[in-house]
Amino acid sequence: MILPGFGEQAQDKLRTAKILIVGIGGLGCPALQYLVGAGVGNMGIIDPDSISRSNLHRQLLFSEKEIGRKKVEVAAEKMRHLNPEVITDTYPFALNNQNALGIIQKYDLVIDATDNFPAKYIINDACVILNKPYVYGAVSRYEGQLSVFNLFISGVRSLNYRDLFPVMPLPGEIQNCEEAGVLGVLPGIIGTMQAAEAIKLLTGLGQPLYGRLYNYDLLQSRSFEITLKHHNNAASIDKYEFEKINYHVSYNGPGDIPEVSVAEFNLLTQQPNIFVLDVRERHEYPPIDFSDAQIPMSELHSSIASLPDKEICVICHQGIRSVYAAQFIKEQRNLTVYSLKGGLTAYFKQKNV
Amino acid sequence: MAIELLFFGSLVDTTTVSKLVLDDFSDTDTLKRYLEQRYPSLKSAKYFTAVNHQMIQNNTLLTAGDSVALMPPFSGG
Repeated sequence: MILPGFGEQAQDKLRTAKILIVGIGGLGCPALQYLVGAGVGNMGIIDPDSISRSNLHRQLLFSEKEIGRKKVEVAAEKMRHLNPEVITDTYPFALNNQNALGIIQKYDLVIDATDNFPAKYIINDACVILNKPYVYGAVSRYEGQLSVFNLFISGVRSLNYRDLFPVMPLPGEIQNCEEAGVLGVLPGIIGTMQAAEAIKLLTGLGQPLYGRLYNYDLLQSRSFEITLKHHNNAASIDKYEFEKINYHVSYNGPGDIPEVSVAEFNLLTQQPNIFVLDVRERHEYPPIDFSDAQIPMSELHSSIASLPDKEICVICHQGIRSVYAAQFIKEQRNLTVYSLKGGLTAYFKQKNV
Repeated sequence: MAIELLFFGSLVDTTTVSKLVLDDFSDTDTLKRYLEQRYPSLKSAKYFTAVNHQMIQNNTLLTAGDSVALMPPFSGG
């Protein structure tokens, strides 16, 4: 490469650099391809998933014939074709608060190419503990966000993701791509920009996107920048807390939440001490007359104290959100909770037989 | 006095528009009270606020021509 400001020294820095990409999806694939293309010598890639057909429109690293194979294995193979000298560490499992510190400490910086909030908060908090720069990227429909966090500047606490959003959103509070859909080119753009920020950080080229949130609107072809500042209530997580926090308020299926069938639900609701909570949003149809309260998932955080000290049976449309809600209620209030399996869809199906 | 209001990401589901031009708001708290009345689900929505591209935390005085942005977290990838 011959570029003003980018000489042999910069190339050497890339060759010896170690970058971890968390999530080999719509953001992670282009980031990985461009970083290896630029000559980054050591890549760590972590993702528990296998390639599925619904990924292919935005994860152009993968093709039809690789469906079903582990993403990290296929990605590592392809990177060796691109540059036989690249060393790729593959981690075919999810990053969590038990393994994150051990993995992240081996790398110079982390690229967050994940698609869920628990992962983003785990990456953020681990990078704060370990003092590692964190290249953040995320998309929502036609918009993308980008920033560089946790760039250690002496004397000042570094800005991190919790300065923007101190508290992690609940599952279901903000939709992700699989639910909301995304045009493949958008994570392509944002993931490529993450690679550019990583290269700048490693070589000292230009000004990193630190202290600023960059928002790109694909529909309007417009970008919007916000200068960030420290948040008074941003929690600083230490190593001990980090390993104790429950980042997965769920995402792991029902866990220990009992899911009741429609028949069991009908029996349960005859008990005097049961409180039926509908967590659907207010616009959702149909209205029902057998719940004791409706608190939409998006309001549960702020309304948790209003629940009575009874056994709570949570219901929603399909029985997915209700599990999250039940887990949250159990954690926050330590009440006995149930979730209606299959939700109101199952309930009305049974009723109309 | 006109204030330009910009909504990002999932907030547009609530407001149905990405931009509003409003008159007569002396500060961001008053503006937020008005918005929460107009769009009740904004009350529980997660976002941070920026005035003239600067993130704010506390009530901030507004003057004509100011832009106020409401930015939610994104999680897609």
